[in-house]
Amino acid sequence: MSKLMTKKAELKQTTKQPNNSTTETSIRDGFGRGLLKVAKLYPEIVALSADLTESVRMQDFEKKYPEHFFQVGIAEQNMAGIAAGLALSGYIPFIGSFACFQPYRNLDQMRTSICMMNANVKIISSHAGLSYAADGIQVQALEDVGIMRMLPNMTVIVPADAEQAEVLTQEMVKLEGPVYLRLGREQASVLSARKVDSKAEKFPAIEIGKAQMIREGLDITIIACGYMVAKALDAAMELSNQGISAQVINLHTIKPLDTHTILTAAKKTGHVLTVEDHQAAGGMGSAVAELLVQAKDDVKMKILGVGDQFGQTAKTSAELWEAYGLTSKNIVNEAQKLLS
Amino acid sequence: MKNTVLDMAKIAHNIRIDIVKMVHAAGSGHPGGALGIADVMTALYFQHMHIDPERPQMAERDRFVLSAAHMVPVLYATLAERGFFPKSELLTLRQFGSRLQGHTFRNLEIGVETTGGSLGQGISIALGFALAAKLGQREGKPGFHTYCVIGDGESDEGQIWEAALFAAKYKLDNLTVILDRNNIQQSGSGTDIMPLDPVAYKWEAFGWKVFQIDGHDFSQINFALEKAKLVPAKPALIVANTIPGKGVSFMEHNYEWHGKAPNDAEFKQAMKELESR
Repeated sequence: MSKLMTKKAELKQTTKQPNNSTTETSIRDGFGRGLLKVAKLYPEIVALSADLTESVRMQDFEKKYPEHFFQVGIAEQNMAGIAAGLALSGYIPFIGSFACFQPYRNLDQMRTSICMMNANVKIISSHAGLSYAADGIQVQALEDVGIMRMLPNMTVIVPADAEQAEVLTQEMVKLEGPVYLRLGREQASVLSARKVDSKAEKFPAIEIGKAQMIREGLDITIIACGYMVAKALDAAMELSNQGISAQVINLHTIKPLDTHTILTAAKKTGHVLTVEDHQAAGGMGSAVAELLVQAKDDVKMKILGVGDQFGQTAKTSAELWEAYGLTSKNIVNEAQKLLS
Repeated sequence: MKNTVLDMAKIAHNIRIDIVKMVHAAGSGHPGGALGIADVMTALYFQHMHIDPERPQMAERDRFVLSAAHMVPVLYATLAERGFFPKSELLTLRQFGSRLQGHTFRNLEIGVETTGGSLGQGISIALGFALAAKLGQREGKPGFHTYCVIGDGESDEGQIWEAALFAAKYKLDNLTVILDRNNIQQSGSGTDIMPLDPVAYKWEAFGWKVFQIDGHDFSQINFALEKAKLVPAKPALIVANTIPGKGVSFMEHNYEWHGKAPNDAEFKQAMKELESR
């Protein structure tokens, strides 16, 4: 693949504007569709919103199941507790808010009322990472994965596109226990529809707890989640042009970790680069590092993420990802450095 | 279950003795509030709640949430007295491996519905129970009533007022919250820490039906609990004015007994007072 094509692929992502919130390719849209689908099969599903119904894509559920929808108001703590009570009574509550409020505002409730009782609450948090540029520093949740993966009983999921969000939303209902689903606002192209390098890229069915090996390679393993998976794939193509064989893993389930896939990949390539739209400390890369360092594999590793700083306002997420080094170009750079 | 007021006074008395024994044996714990709310707990478990110690997990059981979860010795003593588990287990409070943790820990086998310790949270879980009962009834399942005890110090937490708004909005008339108005907190009197009055007006303004009672007068407690259950389209709050440390002279009204255990001499004195009644 030529540099021009890589640039085109980048351009395709950067030129999409976040203004049209109903565009089908926003990751949260997949959640909304998945919720509707799974609600048909599970009559015990209820949904609660902290005054962000449409923003989290619960509005169709509300219309279709008004009796099973509860508007809690701007009260994330109360919402988490009510959900725990509903779950302990046999219902399957989905609670929706922004990642900057949930888990931050209701972390104590996540811990005490939900996780300590292993309450079957599905926690849906949108606008995570740098995926909503314009709202600025406060809204850009960059610590949520680290916070949530530390909680016993919690499952942590970060879909990479709307299609995956739709599947994972349905799959998580089969799990008994709390699940954190991290969603983004920015548009993302559906990965399985990528035609850029279809010989090298495969998209095995998404399964909770099973890392998705998209591209096989020999020299380095790039592990990414969320929006960064597409960038990792673009980077792998560019590396391939340079004669470097990179494999790409979509680590959509950060907890429980698919240790087998990660360890096998690390052993095979000896080099691991992780990429996430999150603090470099404590998130997905840290989870991978914890595994690798304790498995005593001789692996060279780099964690690419936001470096101990907050976000900031911008017109598009692409501007921010560029500023914080979360681009396919920088992934290529870091891979080269790791291999040199 | 029907008990006379005299029966209930005797039961509450036994519960108080058990609370003091448990906290003394554990060497730590929260006797003040526990002793104060013992009469209300007795009325709930020996008169008003639909429960069966032989079937602690039956679907239609009334739910009880101790939102002020540090007062848990009174819950354990009441459950043991009611036959949910052997009274001999009470002295394992706060010991390694015990089912009786230092704050509530959900275990339906012994009748404990929720895990708690962080204030303000139990009431929201109680709303979830009440909402589930409403939904379930619509869908043909047996209904149940939910009871929740909150503290007045606990009412400093914003989550209490979030819950107050929600319960009124959704007309949770299958929910009775009892506010243990004992006017002590960890670091001093409630009035000094954070004034709450006029507390009844506050809850009324939030859309609740409010009852104010002497939390040690069984005829008032029974009357309020019965009436609260019958209020249509509104949640009910009972302000139970209680004496913290009730029954042990040196613990009464003294905030220092919110969260400490009696030493051996104090224990002897407390038992002497309780047993002479």
